[in-house]
Parts: sequence; structure tokens; C-alpha cells
Amino acid sequence: MSTTIDRGGLKVGAAQGPDDLLALAERVAGWATSGEEVEVYVARGDETEVRAYDGEVESLTSATSAGIGIRVIVGHKLGFAWAGSLDESVLGETLAEARDNATFATADEHVRFAVPDGVAAVPVDLWDDELAAVPTTDKVELALALEAQARGADPRIRQVDAADYGDASVEVALVSTRGIRASSRKTSGYISVGVIAGEGEASQTAGGFSVGRGFAGLDPDKATDDAVKRAVRLLGATKGPSGRSTVVFDRRVATTLLSVVSSALSGEAVAKGRSFFAGRLGEQVGELVLTLVDDPTDPRAYGAAAYDAEGLACRRNVLIDQGVLRGFLYDTVAGSRAGTSSTGSAVRGGFAGTPGPGCRALTLAPGPEGYDEDGVLAAVGEGLFVQSLTGVHSGVSPISGDFSVGAEGLMIRDGKLAEPVREITVASTLQKMLQSLVAVGADVEWLPGIAAGQTLAVGDMQISGS
Amino acid sequence: MIDTPVLERVLAEALRHGGDFAEVFAEDRSTSSALLDDGRVEELSSGRERGAGIRVVSGETTGFAHTADLTEEGLLRAAEAASAVAKRDGGGTTTVAAGPALTETTRPRGDERGSVSLGSKADTLDLLRRADEAARASGDSISQVQAGCGASRRHVLIANSEGLLARDEQARTRFSVSCVAVGDTGLQTGFESAARTLGFELFDEVSVEELAQLAASRAISKLSARPAPSGELPVVLAGGSGGILFHEACGHGLEADHIVKDASVYTGKVGQQVASSLVTLVDDGTVGSEWGTFAVDDEGRPAQRNVLIDQGVLTDYLWDFLRARKEGRASSGNGRRQTYQHLPMVRMTNTFLLPGEDDADEIVAQTPKGVYVAKLGGGQVNTTTGDFVFGTTEAYLIEGGKITEPLRDANLIGNGPEILKRVDAVATDFAMTPGTCGKDGQSVPVGCGQATLRVTGVTIGGTAE
Repeated sequence: MSTTIDRGGLKVGAAQGPDDLLALAERVAGWATSGEEVEVYVARGDETEVRAYDGEVESLTSATSAGIGIRVIVGHKLGFAWAGSLDESVLGETLAEARDNATFATADEHVRFAVPDGVAAVPVDLWDDELAAVPTTDKVELALALEAQARGADPRIRQVDAADYGDASVEVALVSTRGIRASSRKTSGYISVGVIAGEGEASQTAGGFSVGRGFAGLDPDKATDDAVKRAVRLLGATKGPSGRSTVVFDRRVATTLLSVVSSALSGEAVAKGRSFFAGRLGEQVGELVLTLVDDPTDPRAYGAAAYDAEGLACRRNVLIDQGVLRGFLYDTVAGSRAGTSSTGSAVRGGFAGTPGPGCRALTLAPGPEGYDEDGVLAAVGEGLFVQSLTGVHSGVSPISGDFSVGAEGLMIRDGKLAEPVREITVASTLQKMLQSLVAVGADVEWLPGIAAGQTLAVGDMQISGS
Repeated sequence: MIDTPVLERVLAEALRHGGDFAEVFAEDRSTSSALLDDGRVEELSSGRERGAGIRVVSGETTGFAHTADLTEEGLLRAAEAASAVAKRDGGGTTTVAAGPALTETTRPRGDERGSVSLGSKADTLDLLRRADEAARASGDSISQVQAGCGASRRHVLIANSEGLLARDEQARTRFSVSCVAVGDTGLQTGFESAARTLGFELFDEVSVEELAQLAASRAISKLSARPAPSGELPVVLAGGSGGILFHEACGHGLEADHIVKDASVYTGKVGQQVASSLVTLVDDGTVGSEWGTFAVDDEGRPAQRNVLIDQGVLTDYLWDFLRARKEGRASSGNGRRQTYQHLPMVRMTNTFLLPGEDDADEIVAQTPKGVYVAKLGGGQVNTTTGDFVFGTTEAYLIEGGKITEPLRDANLIGNGPEILKRVDAVATDFAMTPGTCGKDGQSVPVGCGQATLRVTGVTIGGTAE
């Protein structure tokens, strides 16, 4: 399948936001009756997507969408309803439906909305004013140029099956009867390209991309070079050998791994006994080199945000410090359940979703050696370099920690990348992998998603191949 | 949803600047879901979404715009936006003659089956509580239970410039149970779900207690499971264990969008022996109330039965309107989209291997050493190389022709064309399972089916040496 880029969803971001949405949210929240609490989340977005293929525009999509999500609490019972429209007739219906849903929920003393906690939001500018002025023809030309560049980059590239440009602008407002009033806006842009390299009968695929806050700065050279390098170096890959090995994970792969680990750091998962970290606070869960922080106030992070999805200020949270488990991420309900308070870590998947605790900008402290990828490879000497993973959703559990995934990449010999391998699996448990972290690269790259990319080396993993 | 004369005017507007095909896809979708977690009814959610996606095709180029505004003005604006691609090509001078009058030739599935009932909120919560109790009663080691029920009703209307007018009403209900068991070895999970294109009638056919007990027993048995083996072994897949092997090993690779871009290992192989002669693979959007069933696809084509592989010989691919048009043939009824906000593409419906003649128990008895997979989770494939993975959620060792110890979850990895040739036994105990298929950012409900079968060798990604 082709590369898909997370364009960030509808997350609450910069401080200055759209006044009309805020006014709308305030108006609906004002319909609350006595004895009920109401929280209103409204969002509006514009997007453009262009796909180029074989020198032509394959598709051009332009769209505007808007919606509302309303939560109601009556007597510690929560109800939720949403609608993909901001039409006046829909607003009242949605509130009524959320009210009705609340009557069926179990009363739970921990169910509550956020109240302002005095933590000041760190402003992060996530809006590119220039994006709205970029003509569609320029976006189309960029997609076409990307496709042409990838096609001509190397004689072994026999197909470019997707060359995409996409951008989105999203405005959000959040108001509750508990005193929350937040609004934000965010733009994003990306280009991505998927290539097929061929030599004789063999074909290999890879993707490359470049992301930013808008149109300017998207880098077709980076997207193309990355895709072509990755596809071409896999040509001639054979099923690798079975055995125990140190595994070096490419930066992009490391982002995926950290994202899975982050599910186990959710205070809700921990409280409900659905995390292998449950009951381990204060314990040494990993190597000394393992220091893990979620910091959405870092403006370089793809998931940077000023406010969380309940309207509290985002903040820096240290989760693991020199291998010792120091904390979990909480939204208001999970914080209450754990006898603590929100860490400003509520996230939600747009107006049709409800908030829950989650990471936005996870990163590992760079290892003391200051290694880049080559440095990690040299330090490891012999092993397997993994360029991409498959089956993460079916083979990695943040509950049991069991880890078994499909992989392709290159063998590491004498500290350098050697012959390519494919159709192998890499297995261990997440618990053991954290305890076997050999090196953490200093080559931090803020990739799309909720975690940074940096080269990681993990010892003693089981490879299954021929 | 939209009057026919309005549709005709919108289609005419869409082609005003040129282009050779235009389509309006309108959708009105209501969803409701309820979640019982940690012993509490945590969330009841209701959602409503309606809108239209308008497509204009000019040669190889598609313009697409969608709107939540179903008034004539809103639709005309979207049509204008979608038609921009035709202008860009220097069209714009062409005045397209009025298209043929819209004629409805298919009947919505709801008409044949009578209207479906969505259960009341109170009835739904009763089911969730019964599932929670049944799971917790399955063993003291069950520490956590999550039960969820989701129902949706989707009205779709499709009209295009070739005169097609089609509607469908699609009801879907899904019930799932996830359990966590805790023991000396840590935490383990178990999952089971049932999902049909039905309303609350689903529960006439499905016992939520049985689903809960299955989910619980999976979690409990894995507490004493040993790590899965590492390396290549024969694998017996139980009937109804998922059928996802074929969905990944070849289903995706037979989708015509990959074929026309030469991005599938199956390109150019029609008429060739691509699988063992025991393999007859069918994709069929008309089967009963299976999860991937509908009356018309999201381009207004009636669902149909398509034989993809007949006794090992590749007979055809799966087609949507655009890819079929390029090849001068008809769509196979496989054009689907997640919502009106998405462009349609080639998708599977219910994809299954026809049953064989072997006895399921006998297949196990004749396997000296291997892995027995009782339930599969998800999978993933690279259609260009054919390499795919699929995960187990309930598996056992086979030793001396007998199913013995439980195994911890692992992914299995293989190459589609190689694995298809290694199917050496197919039994009679056919069953279907529901799933959600993701492709290029869009998710659609699908069914997968198979009887018990054996693959002579698959690489198992466990940790045991």
C-alpha cells in the first residue's frame, strides 16, 4: 500500500483562533440547563489533495468540512454526540442526543470535565498565512514535478505509483461550562512519493516524504532521494538468515516503535490494567540510556500544540528517566481515577471522537555518544538494519508487550550496511527491548506522527528467516 | 435525499467545462455506539453525517469535491470545484450535451429485506452487561473486560452522467469483546467479535455470552502459552480463523488499481496457474448478511460474484469504474469508499476460498509437526513484492498429529505467490469472519472466509529458537 501521512487531525494548537467558532461553541455551551455540564468542540477545515501519475494529474480533491462534538455530564454520567455539520438545525439535535446518551451511562465520581488549572499555555505558531494564497495550479505543478523527478532519478526506478501533494488548514474551538475557553488553528502540508525499483524479475518498493506547516519548504529532493535510496538498496534482497541478533531500527521505524510504547504509558490504560507498565512506577524498566519525554511545547515537534483536547495547557512530561519509570500521561478523568491531576495530555480524533490521554511529541534523550545512523551502525558492528516494518497492528501488544513484526532491511557487517534482506520477522517483547537498548542516536528528526525519529539499536532479538 | 431534476442539473454543471464523466455520490449516515469498560458503561455516542462527493473525469484525470451542504446551491458549488480539472486541461470550450435521463435500475437492499431495526439504548446496554458478566465468569484470571456495540445505517444515492441512478440502504451492527487475563507471566489478551449487515437482528443469530467466553478463554489460555517457534513450519489454519491469509496473500494484489500501474506480482498472470489446484478464490458482495455485503457498490454498480482464481488458475481481477473503463470492460462491482468525503477505489467485498473435500481433523492428524492457528488478527501486504504478514491471536503447536500447547501471539510472514502454491489440503468446515480493511487511508468493512486448510511451510515469527 502507499505511504500515508498523518496530517495531525484536529488537535488544539496555537493560542489565537477563529472568533466565529469560539462564539458558536460559547452559544451552544450556554444552552446547558441547571444541573448539567456541557463541553462543546467545534472544528472546521479545508483541504487540497493532488495525486500525479505518469505525467498527468490522476486526481485533484478540494473540500471543506466542519463538525461539532458535544459532551454532557449529568449526575456523574457522561453522554456524547457528534455531527458532521455546523447547521443551526443540527446543533440543538446534537446536544439533545448527547443529553439522552448521558442518562444511560454508569454514574462514576471520576467523570468530569477539565477545569482551568493555572498552567499558562506556551504559544506555538502552527499557522502558515501564506498557504491560503497558494494557487491550486502551483500545488498541481509541485505534484507533477515530484512525480517526474522520482521517475527520472535512477534508471532502476520502473514505476512511481503515487506522487501526492496535500495540505490542510484546521480551526478548532473548545468551550465548557467549567470555564474552559480555548481556540486554535493549524496548517499543514506534505508531499509523498512511492516508487518501485526493478532489476530483472525483482521489484522493491519504498516511499519518501517531506512535511511542513504549509506549501513553502516542502522538499521534493528529500522526498525523492529518500524513496529512491530505500527502494534501490533493497534490490536483490533474499530471505535473511534466522538467529539472534542486534537490530538497528531506522529513524522512521523508531517513530512507530515509540508510538506503540506510548499506548502503554497512557494513565487510562494503566488504571484499567491494560499496560505492561502497570504497577511499575519507580522501577528500572529500561537501560540507563533510556530517557523518554513527551513535550508538545517544543515547536519543532510535528504534534506541537499549545492546548490539549480538553483545553488545558500542554506541558513537558518526563515519562522514563535514565531507565526509571517516572510517570504516565493523564487526561482529567484518568488523572482523577489515579488520584492525581491531568498532565495536559488529552488527545482526540476530531469532532467525532472523545478525549483520552495520549502523547503528541515523544522523544528519547540522545545517547551520550552523539551518534548519527552511521555512528550507531559502526558501534553495533554486526547485526540487522531494519528499514521498514509490517504487521505492527497485528503483532505488537502494548498490553502483553509481545512483539513480532515483519521486516525488510540490510545486514550490518563490519559496522556498515551490507546485503539486503526481506521476508523475515523480528521478535522479542517490548519489556525486554527496553532493557536491551544498546544505543540511542542523536539524529533526532521530527517526523509526522506523535514521536520523533532517531536511530535505535536493540540487542538480542530473534530473527526468523530461512 | 436529492430530487432527480436537481441531480440532473448538478451533473450538467459538473460537465459544463468539459470532461467525459460526472457523478454525484450522496450519503446520509447515522451511527451509534456504546462501550462498557472496567465494569462501567463509559460512553454512549451518537453521530450523524450527510453530504455529497462529486467527481468529474476528464481523460485520465479526476476532479473531486465534497460538501456537507445538500442544497442545490451547495451541490452546484461542489460541482464547479470538481470541474476545475476539466478547465485546466484547456477544455472549457466544450459544451456537453445533456446526459441521458436518470433511470433507476437496481433496487435498494432494504426493499427486499424489510426495514432493519436498531436496538434501543437500554437493550444494547443489557447485551454489554451480559457479555461483561459472561467474560468475568470465565475465570478468576480475567482482570479486565471491554465490550462494545456499534450500529450504523447508511443511505446512499449515486447518479452519473451515463444515466445511472441507484440507491441503497446499508445497516451494519458489530459487537466485540476484549479481555485481559493476568497471571505470573504477565498480561495476555483475547478478542472476539461478530458483525453483519443487519440491525439488531444480529443478536437473533449471535450469542454475546459465547463471544465473551471465547474472548476470555483466548486470554486465559495464553497465560500458560509458550513463545511461538521461530522459522518455517507447516501451518494449519482453522475454518473461519480469519481467511485473512487470502485477503493479504492475493486479494489486494488482484485489485485492478495495482494491476494497471504494474504494482502487483499478479500483473499479466491471467490464465496462469498461480496457486495450488485446491485454491478456488471468490469475491462476492451478494452473500447473505456478511460484513462485506451490499446491494450496489459506491459507484452504483450491483454487487456480484467474481471468481478470481479457479482451481489454481487466475481468472480475473477486481474492477471499479475507472480502471474498468480504461480496459474497455465493465466494473465488477468493487468500487467502494469509506464516506462521501473519499474517492472510490477498487476494494474487496467478501473474499473467500471455496471449501474442499478433506476432513478438518484428518488434516491435523496428518501433520507431524506444525502450528495450528485457531484465530487470526490483522495482516498487511506489499502488493508489488507479494510479501505479506498476518498475526495470530490464538494458536497451538501441533506435535505428532495432535494439537498440544498454546502459543503466544506472533506474526507469520510469507510471499503470496509462493504460499498459494503450498496449500496442500482444504477441508469442508467453511466459515466467514468480519474484518475492517484499510487501504490508502480508507477503511471499509469486508468479510473473509475459508475452511480448515494446510500450508506446507510458512515462516513463524516467534522468539523460541
